[in-house]
Amino acid sequence: MAKENNVKLHGMWASPYVKRVEIALKIKGIPYEFVEEDLVNKSQLLLQYNPVHKKVPVFIHNGKPISESLVILKYIDETWKNGPPLLPQDPYKRAKVRFWTIFLFENLLSVARSEGEAQETASKVVFEKVKLLEEGMKDLFQGENHHIDGENMGILDVVLCSLFGAHKAQEEVLGVKFIDPEKFPRVCSWVTTLTEVTAVKEFRPPHEKLVVVLQFIRQRALQASAA
Amino acid sequence: MAEVKLIGFWASPFSDRVIWALKLKGVNYEYVEEDPYNKTQLLLQHNPVHKKVPVLIHGGKSIPESSIILEYIEETWPQNPLLPQDAYHRAMARFWIKFGEEKMATICSVFKTAGAEQEKAIEEATEQLKIIEEKGLGDKKFFGGGGIGLIDIAFGWLAYLYEVVEEVSAVKVLDAGTFPRLHAWIQNFKEVPVIKESLPNHQKLLEHLKRRREIHLALSNCLD
Repeated sequence: MAKENNVKLHGMWASPYVKRVEIALKIKGIPYEFVEEDLVNKSQLLLQYNPVHKKVPVFIHNGKPISESLVILKYIDETWKNGPPLLPQDPYKRAKVRFWTIFLFENLLSVARSEGEAQETASKVVFEKVKLLEEGMKDLFQGENHHIDGENMGILDVVLCSLFGAHKAQEEVLGVKFIDPEKFPRVCSWVTTLTEVTAVKEFRPPHEKLVVVLQFIRQRALQASAA
Repeated sequence: MAEVKLIGFWASPFSDRVIWALKLKGVNYEYVEEDPYNKTQLLLQHNPVHKKVPVLIHGGKSIPESSIILEYIEETWPQNPLLPQDAYHRAMARFWIKFGEEKMATICSVFKTAGAEQEKAIEEATEQLKIIEEKGLGDKKFFGGGGIGLIDIAFGWLAYLYEVVEEVSAVKVLDAGTFPRLHAWIQNFKEVPVIKESLPNHQKLLEHLKRRREIHLALSNCLD
């Protein structure tokens, strides 16, 4: 008996966490309905589906809601076996991928929310992490060049993409360049390749729109901390 | 069968989680005690990025980060499953494990604070504990249902470490009156044979945390 597959995703067009889920759904070829949420005016439905965090993305499969982007990605991987796997089969390789997925953290947000000396300190942390990733890539991909296309993107590609895919807009708004081809050639080449993948390109909002929204988030955050 | 080694620290709840999971699965392992204030070459070699315990070494392969180790154990030794079979309930389990990890610092912030700051810390801790009790545990015996699972292991620090934190910080947050269901869970959790025999010595933990709190408060006074 075929399982009825009703998939809905509640999200917001500029959210990198939502983007992760959209890319994963695209890679797996899963049809879904996207529900745009106004985060300033959250819908009753969102509050009902994610009462703990009240955030997007919220993924609803046959009426059952799941929140937290990485939890959603693992659920997708375990439920739809026909598409390419997001995580490797071998438990040790899975552990290595999981390690880097949670390592690439929301430290970027701290950079966005600060200025002057505070921003410099926050930026140092991000630089450190990107440096460790640059070195870790040697072990992760064991010497070979990591070849990605729409067919074999994994969870780490998806996460990296959601963090740094919009790096040009980030650089313009934040005035800090993390994806530096001289300092971090491997990471830079990885991010560039990712942004060219069709599945990713489709979901990338236009540069100008992203710059506007990032500036808005930054101004609000700076005002909030100054208050 | 490949050799299993665990580098841990007796007072670390992250270390304990891994011990409980290994024991519940009946996996034999060699334990190596590490002093996190005096790190050895072994630790730096096996966890070069974070330089922290616990680290699991299986057949020579190193796995750091307790949440990642727990998933690795579950996948490698499928006997006595600690996660539900159903993908949706597994997602729920992972949600709560992540929630517990994110909120641990807030719930334990009473430890690093005093005076008015500590009052605020108590309020915030109470708020998070209420969410955990109402939405996470609900009326179940264990977080995963009838038997102990990965969520209970991940929240295990609430069952034994938190009372020591409270005692050392001279506060009471997780009291039976306000949190009857969490209290019942704590009793059930501590009665599980593997847990009962593995909990660190209460007195030793008390002395250790007293020293840590003194250091924290002294440091924060210097930094003011």
